Amino acid sequence: MNYFTLPLEDWTNDFVYDWLIPVMGGFFDSVSSIISFFINGVADLFLMIPAEIIAIVFILLAWRLAGKGIAIFTLIGTLYLGSVNLWEDAMLTLAVVVVATFFSIIIGLPLGILTAKYSILDKIVRPILDFMQTLPSFVYLIPAILLFGLGEVPAVISTFVFATPPAVRMTTLAIKQVPEDMVEAARAFGSTSWQMLVKVQLPVAIPTIMAGVNQTIMLALSMAVIASMIGAPGLGSTVLAGISSVNVGLGLVGGLGIVVLAIILDRITQGLGNKNKK
Amino acid sequence: MNKILVKNLTKVFGSNPKEGVKRLQQGQSKEQILKDTGMTVGVNNASFEVKPGEFFVLMGLSGSGKSTLIRLINRLIEPTDGEVLIDGQDITKMNKNDLMQTRRKKLSMVFQKFALFPHRNVLENVAYGLEVQGVEKSEREAKAQKSIEDVGLKGYENSYPDQLSGGMQQRVGLARALANDSDILLMDEAFSALDPIIRKEMQDELLQLQSKLGKTILFITHDLDEALKLGDRIAIMKNGEIVQIGTAEEILENPANEYVYNFVEDVDRSKVLMASNIMKKPDVITTWKDGPRVAMKKMEDAGLSSIFVVDKDKNLKGILTIDAAIKAYKENKWVEDVLELDFHTTDPMTPLSDLIGIAAESKYPIAVVEENKLVGIIVRVSILSGLVLGKEQSEGMKE
Ligand SMILES: Nc1ncnc2c1ncn2[C@@H]1O[C@H](COP(=O)(O)OP(=O)(O)O)[C@@H](O)[C@H]1O
Ligand SMILES: [Mg+2]
Repeated sequence: MNYFTLPLEDWTNDFVYDWLIPVMGGFFDSVSSIISFFINGVADLFLMIPAEIIAIVFILLAWRLAGKGIAIFTLIGTLYLGSVNLWEDAMLTLAVVVVATFFSIIIGLPLGILTAKYSILDKIVRPILDFMQTLPSFVYLIPAILLFGLGEVPAVISTFVFATPPAVRMTTLAIKQVPEDMVEAARAFGSTSWQMLVKVQLPVAIPTIMAGVNQTIMLALSMAVIASMIGAPGLGSTVLAGISSVNVGLGLVGGLGIVVLAIILDRITQGLGNKNKK
Repeated sequence: MNKILVKNLTKVFGSNPKEGVKRLQQGQSKEQILKDTGMTVGVNNASFEVKPGEFFVLMGLSGSGKSTLIRLINRLIEPTDGEVLIDGQDITKMNKNDLMQTRRKKLSMVFQKFALFPHRNVLENVAYGLEVQGVEKSEREAKAQKSIEDVGLKGYENSYPDQLSGGMQQRVGLARALANDSDILLMDEAFSALDPIIRKEMQDELLQLQSKLGKTILFITHDLDEALKLGDRIAIMKNGEIVQIGTAEEILENPANEYVYNFVEDVDRSKVLMASNIMKKPDVITTWKDGPRVAMKKMEDAGLSSIFVVDKDKNLKGILTIDAAIKAYKENKWVEDVLELDFHTTDPMTPLSDLIGIAAESKYPIAVVEENKLVGIIVRVSILSGLVLGKEQSEGMKE
């Protein structure tokens, strides 16, 4: 099948080393400092607040949004994180997830709304999202390191890239699913496009959008763990340490920590979506 | 001036609507155009007018273009050709902003499947139209409250649509349209999704509301009984075209073509029912000794503009109009001096079908007389509702 040589590897490298880094370097540096400002702020905040208070907030949220069972689980889970000495790691992972999700949402939701409205944009954005989601996550860890170095900034960036598609997709879907007769009623009463969006389409779409946000958070969490390979601190690094030293116990301890955090975040955000359904 | 004037309105759905219009003008049929071009003719060259305060019903089978036509009137659907004048302004040529203002101020719509906003409670749903106009909260809620009371939903302000029955949801839909205070109500099969008893109730209330509020109503239905009961005039649609426009009587008496005939043939209850089946007890009777003052008082109390006059043996003497009563009172005359004798009388055994024509041209109710005694009166509305509702009654009689 090798009829001609396609130098994709060389092209990509030329592009990155001859143009992207020298020309756009300054841009990436400033992006990097903004993100690192955010991530450090959030991480510092989480570490500054006493663990007990954060745990209580989680338990109360779980209780209100997901019921007594999940509240009890959250109590046990947070006790576990503390007693295996993973609280700090969990907070650092949470910080990466929070910051990446924040960017995913502030970019993903408006983009989703626009693609719902303009089908041309949808045709452009859809393949890009497919690409972002299906490309193996390790592959874009490499350019992330090149452009942003090691540490939590490339972790947030790659997490953002990985976790944004569901936010866009589910928002588009949610807006398109708003029953036609409601949109018609809003138009018939003389709504502007903006009024239609904020007074009818978004409120009706919120449960589905929240399902997208939930997926985004879950993907962000899974990616934040992978991103520990490029030096992001947190639960992932504990697992990584377990793997590299063939320490099964350490791997299990870290792995369970991730599961605990995942379940708590998942149930709370799911509960948030269901609450909005009413 | 007409409230709504529709002139040669056409809508073709598809890739090249103008081409569709050209084909229609060359006389091609809807089926032919669909076959040749794949385009659907929704509305074909429709023209009619709706007068202020008129209850205009558009009737046709499913797929005949009713929903398309009503949406062309507030331009939820862009017309392909023709004009729609709302209070003399052509909505088809308006810019975005004028169109929005017209929708806000002049046209309110009620939908077949209610189309309420599920995240808003009844009060917020009803206030929606005012909210988008930027009306201040306290004012819009006061207005919304009033329309909620008008439709009989007081006490449900804080309920959400999914907590209400179908009939109540459509009351919310109606209140939402009324709250805007627009002159025109567009109602697309507003009652078709309701079960028969609720439906009848809503029809009666709508008629009451209209006489109270004086709205101009364009009402769509696929149900002839509903059309006859509600419409001052009825337009019948087929394949996107309007095939006949007229009052209920005109359409029943002279169906314009076979299509309409097949529609109304069903309504042959008129041949079974008789005057005595539908007559009402005369509301108020002024006996010979009552003077104009008493007559005026009675008319006022009963909300009538004329009243039949009988002597003490119930022999019919004539009809007294309110104007005549006032005149008699001012000029100190006897009631008998100002009686009107130009009204129609009928025998209790007269079939309903013979009364349709008389009722249409008569200013006063028809007097049902037996041996010169007044036994009942028939108003136009009872003839129509007799046609519509007398079904069970007439079936009972056949046994
Ligand atoms: N958006 C649309 N695109 C294509 N065809 C349509 C559209 N809306 C309605 N039609 C067609 O127009 C015709 C009239 O439909 P409609 O106005 O809904 O009829 P009705 O309300 O009398 O049942 C039907 O043949 C229908 O299939
Ligand atoms: Mg319809």
